Amino acid sequence: MKEKFISERQVKYKTIFAFLFFILAFAAGIYLWKLVRKEPQAGGVPTTLRKGLMYDEKLFSSTFNKDKLVKTYPKSEAVKKVRVNGNLGLKNPNIDTATWRLQVVKNNGDTMFFSLNDIKKLPKTEIVYDFKCIEGWSQKTWWGGVRFSDFINHYHLNNEAKLNYVGMNTPDKEYYVGIDMPSILQPQTLLCYEMNGKPLPVNQGYPLRLIIPVKYGIKHLKRIGTIYFSNERPPDYWAERGYDYYSGH
Amino acid sequence: MQKIVKKHPLAIRWFHWINFPVLGVMVWSGLLIYWANDVYAVKIGGQQIIKFFPKSFYQALHVPFRLAEGMAYHFVFMWLFFINGLLYVLYTAFSGQWRYLLPTKKSFKEAWLVVLHDLHISKKVPPQTKYNAAQRIAYSAIVVMGLGSLISGLAIYKPVQFSLLARLCGGYESARVIHFILTIGYCLFFLVHIIQVILAGWRNFQSMITGFEVIPVKKPIPDENVSTSNLPQ
Repeated sequence: MKEKFISERQVKYKTIFAFLFFILAFAAGIYLWKLVRKEPQAGGVPTTLRKGLMYDEKLFSSTFNKDKLVKTYPKSEAVKKVRVNGNLGLKNPNIDTATWRLQVVKNNGDTMFFSLNDIKKLPKTEIVYDFKCIEGWSQKTWWGGVRFSDFINHYHLNNEAKLNYVGMNTPDKEYYVGIDMPSILQPQTLLCYEMNGKPLPVNQGYPLRLIIPVKYGIKHLKRIGTIYFSNERPPDYWAERGYDYYSGH
Repeated sequence: MQKIVKKHPLAIRWFHWINFPVLGVMVWSGLLIYWANDVYAVKIGGQQIIKFFPKSFYQALHVPFRLAEGMAYHFVFMWLFFINGLLYVLYTAFSGQWRYLLPTKKSFKEAWLVVLHDLHISKKVPPQTKYNAAQRIAYSAIVVMGLGSLISGLAIYKPVQFSLLARLCGGYESARVIHFILTIGYCLFFLVHIIQVILAGWRNFQSMITGFEVIPVKKPIPDENVSTSNLPQ
């Protein structure tokens, strides 16, 4: 550390200048903070923050590698008591698989209808992985169903899979998610009809739910009604309420 | 004339005073996130000693039901925290300031002298250059903690893409524990830091804003045995 001799006037001048600058800089910081807090909201958060989240998405989705698999576990490690954390879109307790159909809207506007048995005919894939809720908890859970990418290939939906996003709704349209195509085509994404080796319970989305291990639980829509494809971002229930649209791992 | 000593370079003052509010926002938004799954507690023999955190604490700080808001702030301000921290480390490395900062071999012994002296147990004044031994350890540790927060944070944020970091932290859940403990660490650091700054007095605090500290010039004592060679001639 250098020692120096300067006049008392200079000490005074330097001190006052430094303090004035310091106070001004801090005031400017507080002013900016208040400006952001008062901004118009975009999807439930101030616009600047939403822009920040979009920037994060752009950066981290560019490094997304669909060959990178989520860590899996033996079935013995799966929990027996699977946490239920939401019943949006499940209001009607009597869902009848005799009449329930999965609707898939194609690019040309046609809608395809699938019964649960149609889906079960495709090869079954099972996974035990760490299900992560955006709230911060996680659980090792065991699911079974059809790989989303297998479903796409089997029903020749490859042109649809060239679009940027997939949208999904519950039959009552109360809950809806939008998911980027690379994430949903990741080989561990399932159209899921089994949990712990048994048919899905109603509160876990019977007859068919989405299991997408590279996303938080909020994207794992229960009781799928409709699937559609789009280049525009499909509306997303929680992204409209302040959460990150991407919500991916 | 007054004798001054240049203590804190301008860049370090910038980094310090930017870090203070930014880390504040990170801790606050982190608390909003933590609330949504507030499972940590300190238990001794099955008996809960401290719960993180009591209801009254949340209510006093208006924490409940602000998870989305917390995440939005956290994932925007993380950039400021990261960039500011990175620039600080680079500056410290290349300017040579690390010489005042990194603990030396002696520091770990001397740090005890500092603690004993500050607690008024020992009267022996420990050696002090820009920073004393305890400061060297604390200010270096806080940089390592920052790196720890960055790594454990990324492990929680993208546990699949950064699976290596998640493994380094001992898995997703333990990354969250590490991230939490480090945050408690910042709060304790802050507490001790504030107390020490108050005890060190205004001249010391002022130097973090002006960059220099005015050294009171002792009048030469009329004693032949005392050398005055270090005073201005």
